[in-house]
Amino acid sequence: MVKTPDAPPASGAAQAALEVAGVTHFYGKRKALDNVSFNVAPGTFTVLLGLNGAGKSTLFSLITRLYVNRSGTIKIFGYNVAKQSGEALRRLGVVFQARTLDLELTVTQNLIYHAALHGIGPFEAKRRMASVLARAGLADRAKEKVRNLSGGYIRRVEIARAFLHHPQLLLLDEPTVGLDIKARADIIAQVRDLVATENLGVLWTTHLIDEIVPTDSVVILHQGKVLDQGVASDILARTGTPDMRSAFVKITGSDISEGIAP
Amino acid sequence: MTSVTTTQPAPARGFTPAQYLICMGGIVWREALRFVHQRGRFISALVRPLVWLFIFAAGFRSVLGVSIIPPYQTYILYDVYITPGLMAMIQLFNGMQSSLSMVYDRETGNMRTLLVSPLPRWYLLTSKLLAGAAVSILQVYAYLLIAYFWGIEPDSLWGYLAVLPALMLSGLMLGALGMALSSMVRQLENFAGVMNFVIFPMFFASSALYPIWKVQEGSPWLATVCQLNPFTYAVELIRFAFYLQVDWLSLAVVAGCLVVFLAAAILAYDPARGVLIRRGGAAE
Repeated sequence: MVKTPDAPPASGAAQAALEVAGVTHFYGKRKALDNVSFNVAPGTFTVLLGLNGAGKSTLFSLITRLYVNRSGTIKIFGYNVAKQSGEALRRLGVVFQARTLDLELTVTQNLIYHAALHGIGPFEAKRRMASVLARAGLADRAKEKVRNLSGGYIRRVEIARAFLHHPQLLLLDEPTVGLDIKARADIIAQVRDLVATENLGVLWTTHLIDEIVPTDSVVILHQGKVLDQGVASDILARTGTPDMRSAFVKITGSDISEGIAP
Repeated sequence: MTSVTTTQPAPARGFTPAQYLICMGGIVWREALRFVHQRGRFISALVRPLVWLFIFAAGFRSVLGVSIIPPYQTYILYDVYITPGLMAMIQLFNGMQSSLSMVYDRETGNMRTLLVSPLPRWYLLTSKLLAGAAVSILQVYAYLLIAYFWGIEPDSLWGYLAVLPALMLSGLMLGALGMALSSMVRQLENFAGVMNFVIFPMFFASSALYPIWKVQEGSPWLATVCQLNPFTYAVELIRFAFYLQVDWLSLAVVAGCLVVFLAAAILAYDPARGVLIRRGGAAE
């Protein structure tokens, strides 16, 4: 029953938190992702920016092994998600776009359950919980049923939960959709704090362009293809545009009046 | 490419047996918590067999006598005969209830929490199955406690203990069947179809309510269906174990069906070929 530890990945001079290389994915005959390649470095906040239907959620499902990756490779700290999924996934924290907490359980019960799924016992889970909940400003909500929390608080619990097993890479799929301005700002601050203090690599998928700051790494995904990537300020300089919205329009050539929102 | 900093990966650690047990414990604990919170589910799980016992069996006890057939040593009343069938019925309904909750978990996204665990997926699904079987066993013993006061008890009190492994095996088999079925049910609303086309035929076309030799007298083809029905063997496995005996054929059929149903469920939830990839188009 015990899994033999996977062989460590080849040690190179540089190790990406997430390495996506040449990933292509089909739904039937429809190509959802076309030769997608990019890296997320440890300690960076990387934004995967794209319109609805760009392929963000597909990519997200491939990285988390919900779908099998048939073409190209996805590695988390050098561990191939398809072949060494245990080692890859234990280094990964995930916040899905859909709410995934059990509404009938309390915050504490949800976190203990998550910890168990990572092989962490209840005593250690409670010890870790105290700090992650305090950090997320949720210490006084620990005993509450999730059903009674607002959307913003539920998201904060999900982020706290994703960090509970001390991952080195955090994936968040449109985490601020449907939240008010204050809740959005709180959640972005919560995640940026983790990047700064824990050297966490973050991949943040969004279509909300105002969530990007000039120092963020940005990957622009459009119709399943990566059209540009780099530090946001470099993209602005390269495209000669004053803001990311204009840069996105120039790079994708798309009308974004309905898809991308500040 | 985005610039990459120099960081060596943490070495692979694998998972210890204790971590596997913690994971299984967590899954069982959550299932138990959900069960406790759903009092209506517990009450209905208990009321259903009791209605059969108190009303149906009581009404028929004077009409139907059951002659001496193994494992019974003497003529028995109908409500004694029907009890193992009702124990299996509790497990059948619980297995389907568990699969219903898996469909619900999948629709609400909660299933993803389970499936992105770093432990092997077959282990996660097996743990989920064990959790469901454990809940069904609790329900069966609650039913047996009430049945005891109705005058239904095994020949020896050891029967209560001896039936435990049989209940575990049949609970796992019926849970695995439910899990495999849950992969085929696309929406929660479709689940009523499963109730109509799986639970009731399985229950009625089995030895739960009447011995197969009696069915044979009235309808040979129905007797054949009963003999092909895996639920019949779950009932007989429980019946014999309750009377401190082993029905080896039933044991073999239930164990074999467990392997087949579990393999089907694991394949169905495999990201490479199962339900998740078929649903991929809806992920965007």
